[in-house]
Amino acid sequence: MRARVLVRPKAGILDPQGQAVERALPALGFAGVRNVHVGRLIELDVDDPARLPEMCERLLTNPLIEDWEIEEVSELEGAER
Amino acid sequence: MKFGIVRFPGSCDDIDALQAAARVGDAVLLWHADHDLQGVDAVIVPGGFSYGDYLRAGAIARFAPVMAEVEEFARAGGLVLGICNGFQVLCEAGLLPGALLPNLSLKFVFRQVELSVVRADGPFTGACAAGDRLSIPVKHTTGRFYAPELELDRLEDGGQVLLLYAPGHNPNGSRRDIAGVCNEAGNVFGLMPHPEHAVDLLAGSADGLKIFESMRAHVEQRVLA
Repeated sequence: MRARVLVRPKAGILDPQGQAVERALPALGFAGVRNVHVGRLIELDVDDPARLPEMCERLLTNPLIEDWEIEEVSELEGAER
Repeated sequence: MKFGIVRFPGSCDDIDALQAAARVGDAVLLWHADHDLQGVDAVIVPGGFSYGDYLRAGAIARFAPVMAEVEEFARAGGLVLGICNGFQVLCEAGLLPGALLPNLSLKFVFRQVELSVVRADGPFTGACAAGDRLSIPVKHTTGRFYAPELELDRLEDGGQVLLLYAPGHNPNGSRRDIAGVCNEAGNVFGLMPHPEHAVDLLAGSADGLKIFESMRAHVEQRVLA
């Protein structure tokens, strides 16, 4: 399976990167943007998707400061790569 | 008294830590790929960019072969000091509470800061007095200490906060001005400032020596006892 792990800063933790982006957008004329958060995207092919949560907890993220979510990349989308 | 300084690929403060420790005792380098602590009395995980800081600072280094021995050593009560990247490694390894996040300024900070000693009765600050000011440099991009509010209360109430940034000196937005924390048992300590860069007046301050002297005194007392 081709998987996509989305990593986000946990809600409530100050995210200066998100704030910097949020401040920069209006300066470029993009008004009306709020709650910007910057995270990380990890894509991987994995034989046993059942092990993905453990991978997330032990290495891919730090669960104290980050939330994660696993998405399956469809075969069609995967084939384009 | 023999200090062991862990060297990972990407460590860069290992030699300064080695030389600082050598001012108060014997000191050897420990290679990250060896399952061997060479019989040291204390382990120092130094600053730098272990394994390139890939993924998150310290995230890969914590799985280095030598870290299995360091964890065992720590759980048996051995003294482990983590400086800067070493602090990040120990947090990632679960040997210390909390995590280090990018500085609020998003900028690399490199300057001398004043620290205030909260507790001076443990293995890492025993050579200080509570309330002492230490002048020690910081140099990092990811040094904002974070733990959830309840955990911060617990750390403060449990006496695990050993060093604070003095008022006006917090360089990174660390919660509650925390500069250095120890584990519950008190034998593992991490801090973002670099005591190993402050061991000679020629470099502006020798206050950092107190950390190494405290460790030596603790180990020697333990040997006598």
